[in-house]
Amino acid sequence: MSDHTSKQFDADMETIRSGVLSMGGLVERQVRRAIEALGEDEDARLIDAVGADEREINQMQSVIDQQCAQIIARRQPTAIDLRMIMMVTKIVNDLERIGDEAKKIAYKSAKVRGSERLTRIRFHDAVRMAGGAQRMLREALDAFARLDVNAAAKVVEEDDEIDVAFDAVMRQLISFMMEDPRTISAALEVVFIAKSIERIGDHSKNVAESVVQVVKGKDVRHASADEIRAEVAGE
Amino acid sequence: MVSIDAAVGDRGAAEQSQGQLHLKAEARSLDFYYGTFQALKGVEMPIYQNKVTALIGPSGCGKSTFLRCFNRMHDLYPNMRYEGEIRLMPDDVNILAKSVDPIEVRMRIGMVFQKPNPFPKSIYENVVYGLRVRGVNNKAVLDEKAEQALRAAALWNEAKDRLNDVALALSGGQQQRLCIARALATDPELLLFDEPTSALDPIATASIEDLMSQLKEHVTILVVTHNMQQAARVSDYTAYMYLGELIEFDKTDTIFFKPRRKETEDYITGRFG
Repeated sequence: MSDHTSKQFDADMETIRSGVLSMGGLVERQVRRAIEALGEDEDARLIDAVGADEREINQMQSVIDQQCAQIIARRQPTAIDLRMIMMVTKIVNDLERIGDEAKKIAYKSAKVRGSERLTRIRFHDAVRMAGGAQRMLREALDAFARLDVNAAAKVVEEDDEIDVAFDAVMRQLISFMMEDPRTISAALEVVFIAKSIERIGDHSKNVAESVVQVVKGKDVRHASADEIRAEVAGE
Repeated sequence: MVSIDAAVGDRGAAEQSQGQLHLKAEARSLDFYYGTFQALKGVEMPIYQNKVTALIGPSGCGKSTFLRCFNRMHDLYPNMRYEGEIRLMPDDVNILAKSVDPIEVRMRIGMVFQKPNPFPKSIYENVVYGLRVRGVNNKAVLDEKAEQALRAAALWNEAKDRLNDVALALSGGQQQRLCIARALATDPELLLFDEPTSALDPIATASIEDLMSQLKEHVTILVVTHNMQQAARVSDYTAYMYLGELIEFDKTDTIFFKPRRKETEDYITGRFG
Protein backbone atom coordinates (compact mmCIF):
# COMPACT_ATOMS: atom_id res chain seq x y z
CA MET A 1 0.00 0.00 0.00
CA SER A 2 1.47 3.29 -1.09
CA ASP A 3 1.77 6.23 1.28
CA HIS A 4 -0.85 8.77 2.19
CA THR A 5 -0.39 12.30 0.97
CA SER A 6 -0.57 13.17 4.65
CA LYS A 7 2.55 11.83 6.31
CA GLN A 8 0.95 12.24 9.71
CA PHE A 9 -1.86 9.90 8.66
CA ASP A 10 0.77 7.33 7.66
CA ALA A 11 2.47 7.76 11.00
CA ASP A 12 -0.83 7.35 12.88
CA MET A 13 -1.70 4.19 10.98
CA GLU A 14 1.77 2.80 11.55
CA THR A 15 1.48 3.48 15.27
CA ILE A 16 -1.66 1.38 15.42
CA ARG A 17 -0.21 -1.38 13.29
CA SER A 18 2.97 -1.68 15.30
CA GLY A 19 0.94 -1.40 18.50
CA VAL A 20 -1.04 -4.48 17.49
CA LEU A 21 2.18 -6.33 16.72
CA SER A 22 3.82 -5.52 20.01
CA MET A 23 0.64 -6.38 21.87
CA GLY A 24 0.60 -9.61 19.88
CA GLY A 25 4.19 -10.29 20.90
CA LEU A 26 3.29 -9.79 24.53
CA VAL A 27 0.29 -12.10 24.26
CA GLU A 28 2.45 -14.72 22.58
CA ARG A 29 4.91 -14.53 25.45
CA GLN A 30 2.12 -14.83 27.95
CA VAL A 31 0.73 -17.91 26.24
CA ARG A 32 4.20 -19.41 26.11
CA ARG A 33 4.71 -18.84 29.83
CA ALA A 34 1.32 -20.30 30.63
CA ILE A 35 2.15 -23.41 28.64
CA GLU A 36 5.53 -23.64 30.33
CA ALA A 37 3.76 -23.48 33.66
CA LEU A 38 2.00 -26.66 32.56
CA GLY A 39 5.41 -28.28 32.12
CA GLU A 40 7.76 -30.17 34.34
CA ASP A 41 8.32 -28.08 37.44
CA GLU A 42 6.07 -25.70 39.15
CA ASP A 43 7.40 -22.23 38.82
CA ALA A 44 5.49 -19.64 40.78
CA ARG A 45 7.50 -16.85 39.20
CA LEU A 46 6.14 -17.81 35.78
CA ILE A 47 2.62 -17.58 37.07
CA ASP A 48 3.32 -14.16 38.58
CA ALA A 49 4.80 -13.02 35.27
CA VAL A 50 1.61 -14.10 33.49
CA GLY A 51 -0.36 -11.87 35.84
CA ALA A 52 1.92 -8.90 35.15
CA ASP A 53 1.70 -9.42 31.37
CA GLU A 54 -2.05 -9.49 31.71
CA ARG A 55 -2.14 -5.95 33.11
CA GLU A 56 0.14 -4.64 30.38
CA ILE A 57 -1.95 -6.30 27.70
CA ASN A 58 -5.14 -4.73 29.05
CA GLN A 59 -3.42 -1.36 29.02
CA MET A 60 -2.31 -1.79 25.41
CA GLN A 61 -5.80 -2.74 24.35
CA SER A 62 -7.17 0.51 25.79
CA VAL A 63 -4.44 2.60 24.20
CA ILE A 64 -4.86 1.08 20.74
CA ASP A 65 -8.65 1.38 20.88
CA GLN A 66 -8.26 5.03 21.79
CA GLN A 67 -5.83 5.63 18.92
CA CYS A 68 -8.33 4.04 16.53
CA ALA A 69 -11.11 6.30 17.82
CA GLN A 70 -8.84 9.33 17.35
CA ILE A 71 -8.12 8.44 13.74
CA ILE A 72 -11.81 7.96 13.04
CA ALA A 73 -12.62 11.32 14.64
CA ARG A 74 -9.84 13.24 12.94
CA ARG A 75 -9.45 11.61 9.55
CA GLN A 76 -12.72 9.95 8.65
CA PRO A 77 -10.85 7.00 7.17
CA THR A 78 -12.33 5.16 4.19
CA ALA A 79 -11.80 1.88 2.35
CA ILE A 80 -8.61 0.04 3.36
CA ASP A 81 -7.90 2.48 6.19
CA LEU A 82 -11.43 2.15 7.54
CA ARG A 83 -11.33 -1.63 7.29
CA MET A 84 -7.95 -1.69 9.00
CA ILE A 85 -9.12 0.42 11.92
CA MET A 86 -12.37 -1.46 12.38
CA MET A 87 -10.52 -4.75 12.37
CA VAL A 88 -7.72 -3.56 14.65
CA THR A 89 -10.28 -2.83 17.35
CA LYS A 90 -11.52 -6.41 16.96
CA ILE A 91 -8.05 -7.90 16.80
CA VAL A 92 -6.92 -6.23 20.01
CA ASN A 93 -10.08 -7.53 21.62
CA ASP A 94 -9.23 -11.07 20.52
CA LEU A 95 -5.65 -10.66 21.70
CA GLU A 96 -6.82 -9.46 25.09
CA ARG A 97 -9.11 -12.48 25.38
CA ILE A 98 -6.20 -14.76 24.48
CA GLY A 99 -4.32 -13.11 27.33
CA ASP A 100 -7.21 -13.92 29.66
CA GLU A 101 -7.19 -17.55 28.57
CA ALA A 102 -3.43 -17.75 29.13
CA LYS A 103 -3.89 -16.43 32.63
CA LYS A 104 -6.55 -19.05 33.32
CA ILE A 105 -4.25 -21.78 32.05
CA ALA A 106 -1.43 -20.62 34.30
CA TYR A 107 -3.59 -20.50 37.43
CA LYS A 108 -5.34 -23.79 36.70
CA SER A 109 -2.05 -25.54 36.11
CA ALA A 110 -0.95 -24.58 39.64
CA LYS A 111 -4.07 -26.21 41.03
CA VAL A 112 -3.72 -29.38 38.97
CA ARG A 113 -0.17 -29.92 40.08
CA GLY A 114 -1.40 -30.63 43.59
CA SER A 115 -2.96 -33.87 42.36
CA GLU A 116 -0.87 -37.03 42.36
CA ARG A 117 -3.54 -39.00 40.58
CA LEU A 118 -3.08 -37.44 37.20
CA THR A 119 -0.11 -38.70 35.25
CA ARG A 120 2.01 -36.54 32.97
CA ILE A 121 0.47 -38.14 29.89
CA ARG A 122 -2.72 -36.19 30.15
CA PHE A 123 -0.85 -32.93 30.52
CA HIS A 124 1.29 -33.97 27.64
CA ASP A 125 -1.70 -34.10 25.30
CA ALA A 126 -2.89 -30.71 26.48
CA VAL A 127 0.60 -29.31 25.96
CA ARG A 128 0.69 -30.69 22.43
CA MET A 129 -2.68 -29.12 21.74
CA ALA A 130 -1.33 -25.87 23.17
CA GLY A 131 1.54 -26.04 20.69
CA GLY A 132 -1.02 -25.98 17.87
CA ALA A 133 -2.80 -23.00 19.39
CA GLN A 134 0.50 -21.14 19.82
CA ARG A 135 1.35 -21.79 16.19
CA MET A 136 -2.05 -20.47 15.11
CA LEU A 137 -1.54 -17.31 17.12
CA ARG A 138 1.92 -16.74 15.67
CA GLU A 139 0.72 -17.34 12.14
CA ALA A 140 -2.32 -15.09 12.60
CA LEU A 141 -0.04 -12.26 13.78
CA ASP A 142 2.28 -12.88 10.84
CA ALA A 143 -0.68 -12.79 8.48
CA PHE A 144 -1.67 -9.44 10.01
CA ALA A 145 1.86 -8.04 9.79
CA ARG A 146 2.10 -8.90 6.09
CA LEU A 147 -1.65 -8.60 5.31
CA ASP A 148 -1.26 -12.08 3.85
CA VAL A 149 -4.69 -13.59 3.18
CA ASN A 150 -3.29 -16.98 2.21
CA ALA A 151 -1.57 -17.30 5.56
CA ALA A 152 -4.81 -16.16 7.21
CA ALA A 153 -6.81 -18.83 5.38
CA LYS A 154 -4.36 -21.44 6.62
CA VAL A 155 -4.89 -20.38 10.23
CA VAL A 156 -8.63 -20.81 9.80
CA GLU A 157 -8.09 -24.35 8.56
CA GLU A 158 -5.81 -25.17 11.48
CA ASP A 159 -8.56 -24.37 13.93
CA ASP A 160 -10.25 -27.64 12.97
CA GLU A 161 -7.17 -29.55 14.15
CA ILE A 162 -7.35 -27.88 17.55
CA ASP A 163 -11.00 -28.76 17.82
CA VAL A 164 -10.21 -32.40 17.02
CA ALA A 165 -7.40 -32.44 19.58
CA PHE A 166 -9.73 -30.92 22.15
CA ASP A 167 -12.26 -33.72 21.59
CA ALA A 168 -9.51 -36.31 21.99
CA VAL A 169 -8.35 -34.79 25.28
CA MET A 170 -11.93 -34.76 26.50
CA ARG A 171 -12.46 -38.42 25.65
CA GLN A 172 -9.28 -39.36 27.41
CA LEU A 173 -10.18 -37.40 30.53
CA ILE A 174 -13.63 -38.95 30.62
CA SER A 175 -12.16 -42.44 30.55
CA PHE A 176 -9.79 -41.51 33.38
CA MET A 177 -12.61 -40.16 35.44
CA MET A 178 -14.70 -43.26 34.86
CA GLU A 179 -11.85 -45.52 35.85
CA ASP A 180 -10.99 -43.65 38.98
CA PRO A 181 -13.44 -41.11 40.41
CA ARG A 182 -10.69 -39.71 42.66
CA THR A 183 -9.21 -38.06 39.53
CA ILE A 184 -12.38 -36.12 38.82
CA SER A 185 -11.55 -32.83 40.52
CA ALA A 186 -8.10 -32.64 38.93
CA ALA A 187 -9.42 -33.83 35.58
CA LEU A 188 -12.00 -31.06 35.61
CA GLU A 189 -9.18 -28.53 35.96
CA VAL A 190 -7.56 -30.07 32.89
CA VAL A 191 -10.88 -29.76 31.06
CA PHE A 192 -10.79 -26.02 31.74
CA ILE A 193 -7.19 -25.83 30.60
CA ALA A 194 -7.99 -27.67 27.37
CA LYS A 195 -10.99 -25.42 26.85
CA SER A 196 -8.81 -22.32 27.29
CA ILE A 197 -6.35 -23.68 24.75
CA GLU A 198 -9.19 -24.34 22.37
CA ARG A 199 -10.40 -20.76 22.89
CA ILE A 200 -6.93 -19.43 22.08
CA GLY A 201 -7.29 -21.26 18.77
CA ASP A 202 -10.70 -19.67 18.22
CA HIS A 203 -9.45 -16.16 18.95
CA SER A 204 -6.45 -16.69 16.67
CA LYS A 205 -8.85 -17.77 13.98
CA ASN A 206 -10.84 -14.56 14.57
CA VAL A 207 -7.65 -12.54 14.10
CA ALA A 208 -7.01 -14.36 10.82
CA GLU A 209 -10.57 -13.70 9.66
CA SER A 210 -10.12 -10.03 10.48
CA VAL A 211 -7.04 -9.99 8.24
CA VAL A 212 -9.17 -11.34 5.38
CA GLN A 213 -11.73 -8.63 6.10
CA VAL A 214 -9.03 -5.91 6.00
CA VAL A 215 -7.65 -7.08 2.67
CA LYS A 216 -10.76 -8.36 0.92
CA GLY A 217 -13.45 -6.22 2.50
CA LYS A 218 -15.48 -9.34 3.05
CA ASP A 219 -16.88 -10.64 6.30
CA VAL A 220 -15.79 -14.28 6.47
CA ARG A 221 -16.58 -14.91 10.13
CA HIS A 222 -19.37 -17.30 9.33
CA ALA A 223 -17.89 -18.78 6.19
CA SER A 224 -16.48 -22.29 5.95
CA ALA A 225 -12.76 -22.87 5.46
CA ASP A 226 -13.51 -23.81 1.84
CA GLU A 227 -15.44 -20.60 1.25
CA ILE A 228 -12.62 -18.58 2.77
CA ARG A 229 -10.08 -20.31 0.57
CA ALA A 230 -12.21 -19.50 -2.48
CA GLU A 231 -12.55 -15.87 -1.39
CA VAL A 232 -8.82 -15.57 -0.82
CA ALA A 233 -8.03 -17.15 -4.18
CA GLY A 234 -10.34 -14.74 -6.05
CA GLU A 235 -8.52 -11.89 -7.82
CA MET B 1 -6.87 -5.98 -11.94
CA VAL B 2 -10.28 -5.09 -13.33
CA SER B 3 -10.54 -4.13 -16.97
CA ILE B 4 -11.68 -0.69 -18.02
CA ASP B 5 -15.15 -1.69 -19.10
CA ALA B 6 -15.59 -3.33 -15.72
CA ALA B 7 -15.65 0.21 -14.32
CA VAL B 8 -19.39 0.00 -14.73
CA GLY B 9 -19.40 -3.76 -14.41
CA ASP B 10 -21.45 -3.80 -11.25
CA ARG B 11 -24.29 -2.06 -12.99
CA GLY B 12 -26.16 -5.18 -13.99
CA ALA B 13 -25.83 -6.70 -10.57
CA ALA B 14 -26.86 -3.45 -8.89
CA GLU B 15 -29.93 -3.24 -11.07
CA GLN B 16 -30.89 -6.77 -10.28
CA SER B 17 -30.39 -6.43 -6.56
CA GLN B 18 -32.62 -3.35 -6.50
CA GLY B 19 -35.44 -4.17 -8.85
CA GLN B 20 -36.87 -0.66 -8.73
CA LEU B 21 -33.83 1.06 -10.25
CA HIS B 22 -34.63 3.05 -13.37
CA LEU B 23 -32.29 4.89 -15.63
CA LYS B 24 -32.78 8.65 -15.70
CA ALA B 25 -29.93 9.31 -18.05
CA GLU B 26 -27.00 7.53 -19.53
CA ALA B 27 -23.68 8.69 -20.94
CA ARG B 28 -22.57 6.59 -23.86
CA SER B 29 -19.05 6.78 -25.27
CA LEU B 30 -18.98 10.42 -24.30
CA ASP B 31 -15.95 12.40 -25.46
CA PHE B 32 -15.55 16.08 -24.95
CA TYR B 33 -12.97 18.47 -26.39
CA TYR B 34 -11.91 21.95 -25.35
CA GLY B 35 -10.44 22.83 -28.75
CA THR B 36 -7.84 20.13 -29.25
CA PHE B 37 -7.71 19.10 -25.60
CA GLN B 38 -9.75 16.01 -24.88
CA ALA B 39 -11.32 16.47 -21.46
CA LEU B 40 -13.60 13.42 -21.45
CA LYS B 41 -12.63 10.06 -22.86
CA GLY B 42 -15.31 7.56 -23.70
CA VAL B 43 -17.34 7.98 -20.52
CA GLU B 44 -20.02 5.34 -20.10
CA MET B 45 -22.17 5.91 -17.05
CA PRO B 46 -25.72 5.39 -15.88
CA ILE B 47 -27.58 7.98 -13.83
CA TYR B 48 -30.31 6.29 -11.82
CA GLN B 49 -33.65 7.92 -11.25
CA ASN B 50 -34.39 9.34 -7.80
CA LYS B 51 -30.85 8.66 -6.69
CA VAL B 52 -28.02 10.98 -5.86
CA THR B 53 -24.94 10.25 -7.92
CA ALA B 54 -21.70 11.88 -6.83
CA LEU B 55 -18.78 12.60 -9.13
CA ILE B 56 -15.43 12.65 -7.39
CA GLY B 57 -11.88 12.99 -8.59
CA PRO B 58 -8.92 15.35 -8.41
CA SER B 59 -8.99 18.79 -10.00
CA GLY B 60 -8.93 18.57 -13.75
CA CYS B 61 -10.29 15.02 -13.88
CA GLY B 62 -13.25 16.12 -15.98
CA LYS B 63 -16.01 15.79 -13.41
CA SER B 64 -17.29 19.36 -13.82
CA THR B 65 -16.88 19.11 -17.58
CA PHE B 66 -18.98 15.97 -17.48
CA LEU B 67 -21.63 17.60 -15.29
CA ARG B 68 -21.88 20.59 -17.59
CA CYS B 69 -22.49 18.40 -20.61
CA PHE B 70 -25.83 17.52 -19.08
CA ASN B 71 -27.24 20.98 -19.56
CA ARG B 72 -25.30 21.81 -22.66
CA MET B 73 -23.44 24.55 -20.91
CA HIS B 74 -20.45 24.06 -23.16
CA ASP B 75 -22.59 25.29 -26.07
CA LEU B 76 -22.03 28.81 -24.77
CA TYR B 77 -18.37 28.73 -25.82
CA PRO B 78 -16.83 28.25 -29.26
CA ASN B 79 -14.39 25.48 -30.16
CA MET B 80 -15.94 22.98 -27.80
CA ARG B 81 -17.14 19.69 -29.12
CA TYR B 82 -19.12 16.73 -27.85
CA GLU B 83 -18.90 13.23 -29.25
CA GLY B 84 -21.00 10.33 -28.13
CA GLU B 85 -24.33 10.66 -26.38
CA ILE B 86 -26.13 11.52 -23.21
CA ARG B 87 -29.52 9.90 -23.40
CA LEU B 88 -32.25 11.31 -21.22
CA MET B 89 -35.05 9.01 -20.16
CA PRO B 90 -37.89 8.19 -20.38
CA ASP B 91 -37.99 9.55 -23.94
CA ASP B 92 -34.49 8.23 -24.69
CA VAL B 93 -33.32 11.32 -26.57
CA ASN B 94 -29.69 12.26 -27.02
CA ILE B 95 -29.62 15.67 -25.38
CA LEU B 96 -26.32 16.48 -27.06
CA ALA B 97 -27.85 16.21 -30.53
CA LYS B 98 -27.73 19.46 -32.51
CA SER B 99 -31.44 19.07 -33.19
CA VAL B 100 -32.21 19.32 -29.48
CA ASP B 101 -32.73 22.88 -28.21
CA PRO B 102 -30.39 23.58 -25.27
CA ILE B 103 -33.04 25.84 -23.69
CA GLU B 104 -35.42 22.91 -23.64
CA VAL B 105 -32.70 20.75 -22.08
CA ARG B 106 -32.09 23.33 -19.36
CA MET B 107 -35.79 23.39 -18.54
CA ARG B 108 -35.61 19.69 -17.74
CA ILE B 109 -32.16 19.71 -16.22
CA GLY B 110 -31.47 22.40 -13.63
CA MET B 111 -28.13 23.48 -12.30
CA VAL B 112 -26.84 24.84 -9.01
CA PHE B 113 -23.36 26.31 -8.87
CA GLN B 114 -20.53 26.50 -6.41
CA LYS B 115 -21.13 30.07 -5.40
CA PRO B 116 -24.72 31.10 -4.84
CA ASN B 117 -25.59 33.32 -7.78
CA PRO B 118 -29.00 34.88 -7.19
CA PHE B 119 -30.00 37.55 -9.67
CA PRO B 120 -30.06 41.10 -8.31
CA LYS B 121 -33.82 40.90 -8.03
CA SER B 122 -36.32 40.09 -5.33
CA ILE B 123 -36.48 36.64 -3.80
CA TYR B 124 -39.79 36.08 -5.54
CA GLU B 125 -38.53 37.14 -8.95
CA ASN B 126 -35.51 34.92 -8.60
CA VAL B 127 -37.68 31.87 -8.04
CA VAL B 128 -40.12 32.53 -10.88
CA TYR B 129 -37.43 33.62 -13.33
CA GLY B 130 -37.36 30.35 -15.26
CA LEU B 131 -41.11 30.33 -15.54
CA ARG B 132 -41.21 33.89 -16.84
CA VAL B 133 -38.56 32.98 -19.45
CA ARG B 134 -40.89 30.21 -20.43
CA GLY B 135 -43.67 32.77 -20.89
CA VAL B 136 -45.68 32.00 -17.76
CA ASN B 137 -47.07 35.26 -16.39
CA ASN B 138 -50.24 34.22 -14.59
CA LYS B 139 -49.81 35.60 -11.08
CA ALA B 140 -51.71 32.77 -9.40
CA VAL B 141 -49.59 30.13 -11.15
CA LEU B 142 -46.37 31.95 -10.35
CA ASP B 143 -47.35 32.38 -6.69
CA GLU B 144 -48.15 28.74 -6.34
CA LYS B 145 -44.96 27.61 -8.06
CA ALA B 146 -42.87 30.02 -6.02
CA GLU B 147 -44.28 28.68 -2.78
CA GLN B 148 -43.83 25.07 -3.86
CA ALA B 149 -40.25 25.64 -4.92
CA LEU B 150 -39.35 27.58 -1.79
CA ARG B 151 -40.91 24.92 0.39
CA ALA B 152 -39.06 22.18 -1.48
CA ALA B 153 -35.83 24.10 -1.00
CA ALA B 154 -36.56 24.47 2.74
CA LEU B 155 -36.55 28.25 2.45
CA TRP B 156 -40.24 29.05 2.68
CA ASN B 157 -40.43 29.67 6.39
CA GLU B 158 -37.49 32.03 6.30
CA ALA B 159 -38.50 33.82 3.12
CA LYS B 160 -42.29 33.96 3.06
CA ASP B 161 -42.50 37.33 4.80
CA ARG B 162 -39.79 38.95 2.74
CA LEU B 163 -40.48 37.69 -0.77
CA ASN B 164 -40.00 41.17 -2.18
CA ASP B 165 -36.69 41.78 -0.47
CA VAL B 166 -33.67 41.72 -2.68
CA ALA B 167 -32.21 38.22 -2.79
CA LEU B 168 -28.67 39.42 -2.13
CA ALA B 169 -29.74 40.30 1.42
CA LEU B 170 -30.02 36.60 2.26
CA SER B 171 -27.20 34.69 3.95
CA GLY B 172 -24.92 32.47 1.86
CA GLY B 173 -26.75 29.29 2.79
CA GLN B 174 -30.11 30.92 2.14
CA GLN B 175 -28.90 32.21 -1.22
CA GLN B 176 -27.84 28.73 -2.18
CA ARG B 177 -31.23 27.35 -1.20
CA LEU B 178 -32.80 30.14 -3.23
CA CYS B 179 -30.78 29.02 -6.24
CA ILE B 180 -32.05 25.50 -5.63
CA ALA B 181 -35.61 26.83 -5.44
CA ARG B 182 -35.04 28.71 -8.68
CA ALA B 183 -33.83 25.51 -10.32
CA LEU B 184 -36.79 23.57 -8.92
CA ALA B 185 -39.45 26.03 -10.07
CA THR B 186 -39.38 24.74 -13.63
CA ASP B 187 -40.00 21.17 -12.42
CA PRO B 188 -36.71 19.73 -13.62
CA GLU B 189 -36.21 15.99 -13.82
CA LEU B 190 -32.52 16.12 -13.16
CA LEU B 191 -30.64 18.56 -10.93
CA LEU B 192 -26.95 19.21 -11.37
CA PHE B 193 -24.96 20.44 -8.40
CA ASP B 194 -21.46 21.74 -9.02
CA GLU B 195 -19.69 21.94 -5.64
CA PRO B 196 -22.91 23.24 -4.08
CA THR B 197 -21.56 23.74 -0.57
CA SER B 198 -17.92 24.62 -0.99
CA ALA B 199 -18.67 28.29 -0.27
CA LEU B 200 -20.86 27.52 2.74
CA ASP B 201 -20.25 27.02 6.44
CA PRO B 202 -20.82 23.57 8.01
CA ILE B 203 -24.34 24.36 9.22
CA ALA B 204 -25.49 25.64 5.83
CA THR B 205 -23.71 22.67 4.25
CA ALA B 206 -25.62 20.24 6.43
CA SER B 207 -28.92 21.85 5.50
CA ILE B 208 -28.14 21.65 1.78
CA GLU B 209 -27.10 18.01 2.14
CA ASP B 210 -30.27 17.27 4.03
CA LEU B 211 -32.22 19.01 1.32
CA MET B 212 -30.61 16.86 -1.34
CA SER B 213 -31.80 13.69 0.32
CA GLN B 214 -35.33 15.09 0.49
CA LEU B 215 -35.26 16.31 -3.10
CA LYS B 216 -34.30 12.97 -4.52
CA GLU B 217 -37.80 11.71 -3.91
CA HIS B 218 -38.86 13.88 -6.82
CA VAL B 219 -35.77 14.56 -8.89
CA THR B 220 -32.60 12.81 -9.83
CA ILE B 221 -29.43 14.48 -8.60
CA LEU B 222 -25.94 14.54 -10.00
CA VAL B 223 -23.41 16.27 -7.79
CA VAL B 224 -19.76 17.18 -8.24
CA THR B 225 -17.88 17.52 -4.99
CA HIS B 226 -14.32 17.86 -3.83
CA ASN B 227 -15.42 16.85 -0.38
CA MET B 228 -15.27 13.09 -0.30
CA GLN B 229 -17.06 12.87 3.01
CA GLN B 230 -19.87 14.81 1.41
CA ALA B 231 -20.04 12.34 -1.45
CA ALA B 232 -20.11 9.55 1.12
CA ARG B 233 -22.86 11.27 3.09
CA VAL B 234 -25.26 12.33 0.37
CA SER B 235 -24.91 9.97 -2.55
CA ASP B 236 -26.32 6.58 -3.44
CA TYR B 237 -23.86 6.04 -6.27
CA THR B 238 -20.38 7.39 -6.72
CA ALA B 239 -18.27 7.75 -9.81
CA TYR B 240 -14.52 8.25 -9.58
CA MET B 241 -13.00 10.05 -12.54
CA TYR B 242 -9.40 10.61 -13.40
CA LEU B 243 -7.83 12.31 -16.43
CA GLY B 244 -11.13 12.41 -18.26
CA GLU B 245 -11.92 8.76 -17.76
CA LEU B 246 -14.47 7.07 -15.57
CA ILE B 247 -12.34 4.81 -13.41
CA GLU B 248 -15.03 3.26 -11.27
CA PHE B 249 -18.76 3.57 -10.80
CA ASP B 250 -20.56 1.74 -8.05
CA LYS B 251 -22.79 2.05 -5.04
CA THR B 252 -21.40 4.60 -2.62
CA ASP B 253 -21.32 1.94 0.10
CA THR B 254 -18.99 -0.12 -2.05
CA ILE B 255 -16.79 2.73 -3.22
CA PHE B 256 -16.06 3.92 0.30
CA PHE B 257 -15.64 0.53 1.90
CA LYS B 258 -14.13 -1.78 -0.70
CA PRO B 259 -13.71 -0.22 -4.14
CA ARG B 260 -12.73 -2.64 -6.86
CA ARG B 261 -10.01 -0.50 -8.40
CA LYS B 262 -6.79 0.32 -6.65
CA GLU B 263 -6.81 3.80 -8.23
CA THR B 264 -10.12 4.52 -6.54
CA GLU B 265 -8.91 3.24 -3.19
CA ASP B 266 -5.76 5.34 -3.41
CA TYR B 267 -7.78 8.45 -4.16
CA ILE B 268 -10.43 8.10 -1.49
CA THR B 269 -7.94 7.13 1.19
CA GLY B 270 -5.76 10.13 0.40
CA ARG B 271 -2.89 8.20 -1.15
CA PHE B 272 -3.17 10.01 -4.43
CA GLY B 273 -0.20 11.60 -6.17
